[in-house]
Amino acid sequence: MSVRIRKIVTILEETLIEEGRPVSPPTRRAAAVAVIENPLAGRYVEDLSELFAAGEELGGLLGERARAALDIPGPSVESFGKAAAVGADGGLEHAAALLHPKLGAPLRALLGKGAALIPSSKKRAGPGATFDIPLGHKDAARVRSHFDGMEVSIADAPRADEIAIAVALTDSGRPHPRVGGLRKADVKGEDGLV
Amino acid sequence: MADIKVRKFVTVVEEILHEGGPPAAVPPRRAVVAAVIENPFAGRYVDDIMGLMDDLKPLGIEMATRLVKALGGDAGVVEGYGKGAIVGEAGELEHGALWHNPGGYAMRELLGGAKAIVPSAKKVGGLGAKIDIPITHINASYVRSHFDAIEIGIGDAPRRDEMVLILAMTTGARVHARVGGLKKEDIKAGDGLR
Repeated sequence: MSVRIRKIVTILEETLIEEGRPVSPPTRRAAAVAVIENPLAGRYVEDLSELFAAGEELGGLLGERARAALDIPGPSVESFGKAAAVGADGGLEHAAALLHPKLGAPLRALLGKGAALIPSSKKRAGPGATFDIPLGHKDAARVRSHFDGMEVSIADAPRADEIAIAVALTDSGRPHPRVGGLRKADVKGEDGLV
Repeated sequence: MADIKVRKFVTVVEEILHEGGPPAAVPPRRAVVAAVIENPFAGRYVDDIMGLMDDLKPLGIEMATRLVKALGGDAGVVEGYGKGAIVGEAGELEHGALWHNPGGYAMRELLGGAKAIVPSAKKVGGLGAKIDIPITHINASYVRSHFDAIEIGIGDAPRRDEMVLILAMTTGARVHARVGGLKKEDIKAGDGLR
């Protein structure tokens, strides 16, 4: 790993009842979060390629941890998302460098497919901050039942010179979807939208 | 789980590689499982609440089993434990106290008759409330390297009429433990304390 990882946290959430009605089978979503040292904290550095490379490694590692938490094969994953919380002495562009240039390819390789844009969010925050990982269907961004988000937080991260970076995967959409739109059964999965 | 309605399970596993010091040869792991259940006593004072204690036993076993599975499936790796409850605002602290017996005994049984009392915390809280679950060694409460705590909270729980029940297990000492005290190698009395 090109950056130093302090800890890795995996979160699995399983919803059995929503709005008083059973969810069968339960919907499940998993997030894997790595807390890494930010090698560029506290100074302005033009070239962020060090973080591009770290993003590539973390895309594979965190994707695999989240998949393992769901305990399903990669192609059975239905939606995905990513997010980063940068500590006080880092820049939002550091989060962008981890998330955008290279993280997606190894994650999609793990899932077998994944034509859609991976929805993302980023913020600067202190230890214990909650951040929300947006979720969307992995093959067709317009699948309305799979628009969702997963909140995560780590009590002791990110410290000022750290970044918490997260990948979330699901085996399902929202518990009782009923607002219409493109259905997952009708996905073509070619252009990433429909 | 005869009368227990679980709305959601959340499982969190943390793997700690270092905390600024030398990387651990075997990174300690900490796992927490939380169940969001309906509080049958919410909104009124019920004098005799003891029946729920027995009803919670199967849930205790289920959650302890999930924890061991989240740590790789071998109960032999578990060295520390703790438990807790967050009661939604239409309930009272005493409802959380019902978790001591079924939560504690489930873990001790699964871990082969662990001797130490299971440390605990409880509170009344709203959605997203966090609680620090205290952790001590499973066979001797005075093992100083294993004094720890894990923060846990769920974004959408507990609602007014819910409780979040929590169990936690760890696989080792704090990552850079070095403040002396009783060592795990020196446990001898078998009294659960030393």
